[in-house]
Amino acid sequence: MIPTEFDYHAPESVDEALRLLAGAGDEAKLLAGGQSLLPVMRLRMAAPEVVIDLGRIEALRGVRDDGESIVIGAMTPHFEVVESALVHEHALVLSEAAATVADPQVRHRGTFGGALAHADPAGDMPAPVLALGGELVIQGPGGQRTVAAADFFEDYFTTALGEDEILTEIRIPKHTGWGGHYEKFTRVAQQWSIVAVAAAVRAEGGSITEARVALTNMGSVPIRATAVEQALAGTPADADSVRAAVAAVAEGTSPPSDINGDADYRRHLAAVLTRRAVLAASGA
Amino acid sequence: MSVKPWRRRVGEFMSRISVTVDGVSYQDDVEPRTLLVHYLREQLGKTGTVVGCDTSNCGACTVHLDGRSVKSCSLLAVQTDGHEVTTIEGLSTDGELHPMQKAFHENHALQCGFCTPGMIMQSIDFVQDNPSPSDEEVRHGLEGNLCRCTGYQNIVKAVQAAASATAAGTEGGAR
Ligand SMILES: Cc1cc2nc3c(=O)[nH]c(=O)nc-3n(C[C@H](O)[C@H](O)[C@H](O)COP(=O)(O)OP(=O)(O)OC[C@H]3O[C@@H](n4cnc5c(N)ncnc54)[C@H](O)[C@@H]3O)c2cc1C
Ligand code: FES
Ligand code: FES
Repeated sequence: MIPTEFDYHAPESVDEALRLLAGAGDEAKLLAGGQSLLPVMRLRMAAPEVVIDLGRIEALRGVRDDGESIVIGAMTPHFEVVESALVHEHALVLSEAAATVADPQVRHRGTFGGALAHADPAGDMPAPVLALGGELVIQGPGGQRTVAAADFFEDYFTTALGEDEILTEIRIPKHTGWGGHYEKFTRVAQQWSIVAVAAAVRAEGGSITEARVALTNMGSVPIRATAVEQALAGTPADADSVRAAVAAVAEGTSPPSDINGDADYRRHLAAVLTRRAVLAASGA
Repeated sequence: MSVKPWRRRVGEFMSRISVTVDGVSYQDDVEPRTLLVHYLREQLGKTGTVVGCDTSNCGACTVHLDGRSVKSCSLLAVQTDGHEVTTIEGLSTDGELHPMQKAFHENHALQCGFCTPGMIMQSIDFVQDNPSPSDEEVRHGLEGNLCRCTGYQNIVKAVQAAASATAAGTEGGAR
């Protein structure tokens, strides 16, 4: 099928995009890579009257070094996140997670910002951003504001973004020298995560000094496993010690039950995948 | 979500695009909602690129946009304004098949052939990045392309043959 008719705008600056957005009200949709939006428009599950394409705003694309953080433009496609030397060096788990998204064609178009704004609970980008304590920079009619990842994801497909706002860039505190691993569990090719775990670990002399862990698809939003992070600090980086430290990772989560597995199965998976992710991230 | 089809008369809102397709530049008026694949097939008559699904999963519609593989069913024609598109129809030069096309032919990497245009376009993109791929890597690199005839074995062979033919510089001697 083809989408319903709409007015199309391709602004060249964020200011112009904001003006168009304000003018169109709730009839408008921002178009980033289109890899989530166009499929639902094709199925006519979405029928915006105005589409504002962010694809021509050069300022929104690319990764830069900003001292304590790296800054990733919202319109940076997944494959550029994967190939970025800065991301690889300072936020390894993010680069690994981006490499697991969909398939090569979708990674060439789909964007980092679009995946975060879309906030699919099974999406792979939110958990690593949460684990690394990322901040989302948002522009609206009233200027710019910054929201911590922990406050950005509010519910299924729902974020702190207002209808008149644009996610412009994401700041990721540098985790230089940390190991990172994204452990994604799927059954078939090109599948969304049934459960996945993002882990960043700093290890010294065979022992974990600090860990960051977040879970994908264990509830309506990505979940930071802070109790497990504390239990991991000081733990030897071996399978038995890590298994014990992460055993309770699913406590307090409410994972979905669906065709891919029921909630109990997902809780079991979460512990197994966390152990694997943490061990891989600590180089063990 | 509310669906409001047919709000306006067709043709009321058109956009002018300039796009290079298979080496030829075109200036055309398109409706913003026209998907790239429909522009290619219906406006330019390039029916070599096919539609195999309604869900952006099958990859049969794969083309190159500025040298990278994309699914032309998940892109608006207006988004290609000022850019360059290559389809399966633009691969051969002077009647000579592209080494990847030759390798698919010689390795019997197609049955009904419906997935083939997308498979070939994605394979070319893939071997650019990985000139001597393992079996496993080819399968992973073609993750976004489904073959309903399930002839994956020969597809993997063809991609490896084309990759090593190119590496050896033996103009398409893919065997
Ligand atoms: C076959 C297939 C498989 C996939 N598999 C996976 C997978 O395994 N894991 C995964 O994580 N994802 C997967 N995806 C989704 C993919 O990652 C998308 O790229 C992503 O979800 C959306 O990014 P986009 O740039 O395409 O956004 P779009 O589709 O353009 O937009 C998505 C939504 O976000 C809004 N939006 C976009 N950018 C902004 C912004 N800057 N500010 C405010 N709002 C914005 C849009 O208005 C829209 O509502 C898959 C997609 C397909 C087609
Ligand atoms: S037609 Fe199936 S992915 Fe494009
Ligand atoms: S050869 Fe028939 S779909 Fe692949």
